Parts: sequence; structure tokens; C-alpha cells
Amino acid sequence: MKKYLSFFRIRFAAGLQYRAAAWAGISTQFAWGGMTLLLYRAFYETDAAAFPMTFDALSSYIWLQQSLLALFMAWYFDDEIFESITSGGVAYELCRPCDLYAMWFVKNLAIRFSRAALRCAPILLVAAFLPAPYGMSLPANGAAGVLFIVSLLLGTLVLVAFSMLVYLSAFYTLSPMGVRILATSAAEFFSGGLIPIPFFPEPLQPLFYALPFASTQNTPFLIYTGYLGGREALGGIAVQLLWLAGLVLAGRLLIRRALKKVVVQGG
Amino acid sequence: MKLYLKLVAMHLKCQMQYKASFLMTCLGQFLTSFTAFLSILFLFNRFHAVEDYSFSEVLICFSVMLTAFSLAECFVRGFDVFPRLVRNGTLDRILVRPRSEIFQVLTSNIEFSRVGRLLQAFVILAYAVPTSGVAWTADRVFAVVLMLLGGVAVFSALFVLYAGFSFFTIEGLEFMNIFTDGSREFGMYPLSVYGEGVLKFYTFCIPIALFQYYPFLYLVGRSDDVRLIFLPLLGFVFLVPCYAFFRFGLRRYKSTGS
Repeated sequence: MKKYLSFFRIRFAAGLQYRAAAWAGISTQFAWGGMTLLLYRAFYETDAAAFPMTFDALSSYIWLQQSLLALFMAWYFDDEIFESITSGGVAYELCRPCDLYAMWFVKNLAIRFSRAALRCAPILLVAAFLPAPYGMSLPANGAAGVLFIVSLLLGTLVLVAFSMLVYLSAFYTLSPMGVRILATSAAEFFSGGLIPIPFFPEPLQPLFYALPFASTQNTPFLIYTGYLGGREALGGIAVQLLWLAGLVLAGRLLIRRALKKVVVQGG
Repeated sequence: MKLYLKLVAMHLKCQMQYKASFLMTCLGQFLTSFTAFLSILFLFNRFHAVEDYSFSEVLICFSVMLTAFSLAECFVRGFDVFPRLVRNGTLDRILVRPRSEIFQVLTSNIEFSRVGRLLQAFVILAYAVPTSGVAWTADRVFAVVLMLLGGVAVFSALFVLYAGFSFFTIEGLEFMNIFTDGSREFGMYPLSVYGEGVLKFYTFCIPIALFQYYPFLYLVGRSDDVRLIFLPLLGFVFLVPCYAFFRFGLRRYKSTGS
């Protein structure tokens, strides 16, 4: 356990070094959030009755999404891992006295947390002071706040567990680009990264909730805004736990099978 | 020009060597913009209109934007990946060769897999044109052509600007995304839906409204002013300051020596 903690610490500290990148990211995400809200305002003014949530709730959703982007960005992958698989460098990793899956998992988690830690505070702070319907508001109630934190952690774990599957696919395809771009666009779309899931047509929503992607960013943000309250929130967290267990299990099986027959060519 | 065509053919042959990978990337490109299209579809399914623009009017904006962006990304991709050239020192090799840097950067990378997006943009345009209820006269077709040309010019200029910034910072380049990717994403809707301020910004600072919004007004018959058709040509003017900035950066450039 201790060695994984130190992997986490090293990656976390490394991630904190990129300050200029963080400032660039903060301004980009702030502008992005603002533009998104302006777009929804136009829709709201066109037909307010068709809005599935209050505008305040949507604003909180968008600001959370932008400030915590680093936790849930599906397109981020550690190129080192792909390279170690395709180039055969994974042989060195296998010599280490630790579990490959756990090591990669922890590294990915650390990089996401450190980036989010650098970026979220300034965005949330400024967003909190924006005028009423466009600003960030407090969680719906105390319980929602607590459940939000739990669900946020679980959501990040689910996303990392999913991206582990994409890494592991490189053992089988050797050219991960195709799988990577397909997985990324599916994850973005189905997780509510493009438009929040409540905005999708009602008949389609059960499909979205049945997929693992809703368990990443959608559940925590909707709990925060109070869209999912009480029993629904607990149910959402239960689904997150289920998907986390399922994806980790799948990843474990995949890596066991891959390592059993992996051939590292010399050189 | 002959050399350019030769290099284009070379890139094409190169990428055709890995057909499966090429097709997968095309498909991925297609799906990425297809999810964007689905988002618009679903939002309109709920709201039916935005301001007073209809679904097919928005689709015209969407496909013009997507076509212009994909074309620029396909042929001006060299500037998009320019920071890499600076970082790994390939730029030094370019500088000592007896050809213009622009030519060499342009031909260093041509991405044909953008075809996936392009194809989709055309399909959507083909769908949006008849359903938008616009009488397609010769001048309107001409307007679309100019919009696309102007769009390619503006996005190319943005990529050159992006490359120019990489002389000063490698880490901080992410903020440029709001202008390149951001313009593509938010330019899928007529720019006036974001309000007066944003429209002004996109007219005078980053001139994407010149090819996306004003000629569009004429196209769908919201304005009778024929002069609007020619506004996209002003997009070419935007290339001047971006190129000047690139030159400025290039003059200050000191190799890292690696």
C-alpha cells in the first residue's frame, strides 16, 4: 500500500509543477463555461418551460464541470503507458515488485487530482461571485454536499477504471489510436460532457443511465444541484459502486489474459 | 506548386500504407463531430428553436463551420503541431534549408483523416440546404463558397497565430484552444445567440462572424444586403497580423540545441 501512496505522491507533485499550463487552462475553461451558459440562456429565453432544471442548477452544473474538467476529461491519456506497451518497455514495469494494474491506476488518479487541485479553486471562486442565475450556488443542502463529495470521488475512480480498459486494449491492437478516439467520443457524449443528461429526450435517458458513463460526471454534479435528491442520490451512488466494481474486474481480467501471453520482443 | 503537389501525394501515399488505422481514425473523426451534431439535434428536440433560428438554419452554420475547420486542419495541420517542431528541434533543420519556412511547415504534416469530418459536413449541408426553405439562387451558392474560403482563411490564420505563440511558451498554449476549438464548437450556432458583446468580439477580434454570421443572414434571407456576401474575404486580412506575429516570434527564436 505504501508504495502506491508514493507513486501517487510523486505524480501529484509532478502535476503541480505546470503552473503556466494551469493558468492557461483556467482562462480557457472559464471562457468555455461562460460561452456555454450564454448558449443555454438563448435556449432558455426561447422556451423556458422546456428547461429540465432551474437555470441556477444548470449554472452550478456547468461551473462544476469546467472547474473539475481535469477529473473527468475522457480524452486525457498518459502517453507513457501506451508507449511502454507498444514499445515493449512494459517488460521493465513487470520486473517491479508491484501490481501493474494498481500502479497505472494510481498514477492516472494522481495526475487528475493534481490538475484539478490547481485549477478548480480560481474558477469556482470567480463563478461564485457572478450575478444570480449565472453564478455558482451552494449545494442544495448539507446532505447533498456530503453525498456530492462521495460521488465525486467514485466518479473519478469509475472514469480511471474505464480509461484503464483503453490502455489495456493496446496489448491487443498495438495501435491504440483508433480505440482511443472511439472511446473518448463515446465517453464524452454519454457522460453528459457535451450536454447534461437531463437535456436529452426523456425516452432516451434510461439508456444513458444504464451505461457506465453517467456514473462519471453526471451523478455527482446532479447530486450537487439537487436534481438527484435523497433516495435517488443514494441510488446513483450505488450504481457508481457497481460500475466501479465491474470495470475494475474487467480490467483485472484483461490484464491477466494479456500478461499471460504477452511476448516482449528483444532489442 | 509542383513540389507542393508532390509532397501532398507523398503524404497521401504514406497514410494509405496503414489503411486500417487510417479508416479507424476517419471513423473516430466522424463520430466526434457526429456527437456534436446529435447534441444539437437533441437540444432542438426539446426547444424547437433558438432565438428565432430554426433547426436547419443552425445546421447550415454547423456544416459551414465544420467544413472550414476540417479543411484548415487538413492542410494547415503543420502549424497546428508546430510546438512539437520547436520542442524537438526539427525547426532548426527547416531553417537551414533553402525554401521558405512557411512552405516547409505546411508540407511537414497533412492530415487526410479529416475526410471523415468533411464528409459529414457535406451530408449535413446537403440535408440542411433543401429543408431550410431558402431559394438557392446563383448568388447564394456563391455566398456559400466564399463563406467556406473565408472560414479556411480565418482558421488557418488562427493556427499560424497558435504556432507563433509557441515561440514564447510551450506550456501555456492551452488558452489558444478557446479560439480554435472554441470557435468551432460555439460557431455551430449563429453567433448572435450569445449576445451583442460576443458577436462584437467575434467580428473585430477573432473574425469568425465575418464568414459565419453576416453572410449567413443574407443566405437565409434575413437580410437583403448583397454586400454581406463579400465579408468573408475580409477573413483573408486576418492572416496578415497572424503571419506578422509568427515572423516576429521566428526572429526572436533561439534554438534549444537539442
